[in-house]
Amino acid sequence: MTGEDVPIGEDELQSFVDERLDEPRRAAVEAYLARHPELAERIAAERRQRAGLRAQLQGKAAEPIPPRLRIASLQAARLARLVRRASLLAAAVALFVVGASAGWFAGSLRPSSPALVAQAPTTAIAQGATAAYRTFVVEVAHPVEVGVAQEAHLLQWLSKRLGHKLEAPDLKPFGYRLMGGRLLPGGSGAAAQLMYEDASGKRLTLYVRAADGTETAFRFQQDGDAATFAWIDQGFGFAVTAMASRDELLPIAEAIYRGLVPKG
Amino acid sequence: MADPGALLEPLIPALRRYAYALLRDHAAADDLVQDTLERALSRWYLRRPDGELRAWLFTILRNLQIDAHRQGRRRGVHVEIDEADHRETAARQEAALEARDVLAALEQLPEEQKSLLLLIGVEDFSYGEAARILGVPIGTVMSRLSRARQRLRSIVENGPVALLRRVK
Repeated sequence: MTGEDVPIGEDELQSFVDERLDEPRRAAVEAYLARHPELAERIAAERRQRAGLRAQLQGKAAEPIPPRLRIASLQAARLARLVRRASLLAAAVALFVVGASAGWFAGSLRPSSPALVAQAPTTAIAQGATAAYRTFVVEVAHPVEVGVAQEAHLLQWLSKRLGHKLEAPDLKPFGYRLMGGRLLPGGSGAAAQLMYEDASGKRLTLYVRAADGTETAFRFQQDGDAATFAWIDQGFGFAVTAMASRDELLPIAEAIYRGLVPKG
Repeated sequence: MADPGALLEPLIPALRRYAYALLRDHAAADDLVQDTLERALSRWYLRRPDGELRAWLFTILRNLQIDAHRQGRRRGVHVEIDEADHRETAARQEAALEARDVLAALEQLPEEQKSLLLLIGVEDFSYGEAARILGVPIGTVMSRLSRARQRLRSIVENGPVALLRRVK
């Protein structure tokens, strides 16, 4: 470099501390510092401190990543949150679809379409049951309106509102115990929902409401992981819904059907 | 699209180091890193092109830390009486015995200076990247860097006693 003592700017001194100067500039700064011992001392201290800080923190970056910060586990937790939110949304959509299709069926109830009249009610009942199932089966605080402790009162109340003598089928042979029930709007009147739970916390509902038609055949409907058997019997629609396969649910539906049909 | 895990995981050790240097508390630092990664995953589609991913994560972490610090100040930091005594004693011992502990000295600096020294001196961000992370012009980065280093030197050389704020 030239012999003249051109002062080095502060920015360049900082770049020197950070070891970011190219070779000619680095040499120029070193030469300048050699002629200015006081400044050289300051810059040397700053370089030492920078190195000291790096050394003190080096161990932290060398630690293995703790499991809770692994991206896979964060993504799994995130997915679980999204699924929970999506299933609540699905319940809202199902309710809307039930509302919409109920209107559509009401418009179709004409004598000229007997097939539709015969078929529509079970579908509407299955959908109503599924929507009610999705809404209340996830409830932790209030899954039922009246608990099983007041079973007699519950059945009396629901029977009166429904206009149909309702008995709670005993599903203990299938591992389900009655939790209680609630009253819901259903079709043009009221619907009752009885809720059962097995030892693992899996829930099953029996949904009952007044319905047109005399069809007694079972109608199976799969909606996501919720399976439903619906049938109409003596002016009432019944639907049993659970997170189960068709084969698991069928014997339960048959048992309920036999129990609900007056014998003889 | 590239798998976030493959891109993010190599950056976690440096994020943990920065968070720890800011907070000096291992568990709180990992909480901050976790919040940062969750925020990054939820805004993955908003991230900048690959080369900027590291700067983007450090920006998120620092902003979260500033927000949390502001909220903490509004709430008032809760310190048990015993703990306050202990901290003061510890601080005095530190002053006497660890005058050369740069990390302890760093704690006496305001957050902007602290972050700047860490981002440039430890994490090796360029001056331009550091300016973007801190949201200031590059000229400010250079003058602030010079001031931060002078102040750090004075704390390391003279001890933090004069600058130590009482824990209250």
